[in-house]
Amino acid sequence: MIRGERVLFREVSLSVRAGEALVLRGANGTGKTTLLRILAGLTRAEAGRVTRDAPHHWIGHREGLKPQETPREHLQLWHQAWGSSADTDSVLARMGLARPADVAGRYLSAGQRRRTALARLLLENRPVWLLDEPYTALDAEGRALLDSLIAAHRAQGGAVIAAIHGEAGFAASGDLTL
Amino acid sequence: MSAAPILAAFRQSLGEAWAGGAGALLPLGFLGGAAVLVPLGIGSDGETLKAVGPGIIWVALALASLVTLERIFQSDAEDGTLDLWLQAGAPVSAIAAAKTLAHWLSAGLPLALFSPLLALMFQAEASLALLVNAGLYALGSLAFFFWGAVGAALSASVRRGGLLISLIALPLYVPTAIFGALAMSGGPGSGGAPLFLAASTLFACAVAPYAMAAALRLAAD
Repeated sequence: MIRGERVLFREVSLSVRAGEALVLRGANGTGKTTLLRILAGLTRAEAGRVTRDAPHHWIGHREGLKPQETPREHLQLWHQAWGSSADTDSVLARMGLARPADVAGRYLSAGQRRRTALARLLLENRPVWLLDEPYTALDAEGRALLDSLIAAHRAQGGAVIAAIHGEAGFAASGDLTL
Repeated sequence: MSAAPILAAFRQSLGEAWAGGAGALLPLGFLGGAAVLVPLGIGSDGETLKAVGPGIIWVALALASLVTLERIFQSDAEDGTLDLWLQAGAPVSAIAAAKTLAHWLSAGLPLALFSPLLALMFQAEASLALLVNAGLYALGSLAFFFWGAVGAALSASVRRGGLLISLIALPLYVPTAIFGALAMSGGPGSGGAPLFLAASTLFACAVAPYAMAAALRLAAD
């Protein structure tokens, strides 16, 4: 993968199966986000191949929440877009967003915005979760909540690939250092 | 393919257009301002105003359409929504078209509906023809918005991309402006001009979304 005439990484090979969690590690600028974006189909690699056997959820650096959008409106939008059958109120409650559910995104804390983005994971059951720095801005309770979501997802046969700085709160099946 | 993501994109863009207060009224103010200032510049002779009025409105309409186009995809690129739309399970071209259509409904159609009032300021006679012209302006503005949205998609990841949008979109506006002005001139060849105007708009609606989709993928890459 080349970024700005610089080879970011080469000869990277990875695979994730049902129930597994792979953690991408590396210093800032080594290409963790780029690799995740390639896996998501958002960025094209200069060479190589990505095979996706299952639909995925994408949680990137930026939450995808509009400044005027409330967590409830955000979830309702994607509920409609994905034809989800989940109950948005219970998703909001599970993510600890019942209280700020009707507060516009511009007034939410970074942690609340991150929880709103993570709530999309619960709208639709997709086997693969691609998470870019998912712990960013989360408090201890939020981190524990995310760990429990990942554990439940893996227990149901889901797979996770996450770029994480520091310690992951779940037992990874493998690490890939870029 | 499901139509749900396309409808959701349409709904979000429509809501967003009015979320920042009366932001969608900005092109209307631009159009009105241009129409008020031009007579001050060229004089108050009724016949002159009557002759140049339709053309001035076409030009003002084309420029007014550029006023808010910058934000149509740029905000999505900035806040991460673009990544979500690219993976929403519907063709990106259809989502881009839905967003452009929503933007046109909130910022473009009011321009066309406002045009009879401006025409009266240019000494046009109050008649049914003004409503027919409003229909032609609506048709033309749709083409302006679709071509403009191609420029907006190409500059989605560029800060202050307004100039870039103008440079890309204005040459594409030419056929619409020519056929639109010809349709209202009443001169030779004006009979078939509305059909050519409609054809150029259909062409824009059919082709521009694919260009937008390619540009948005590039912006996300």
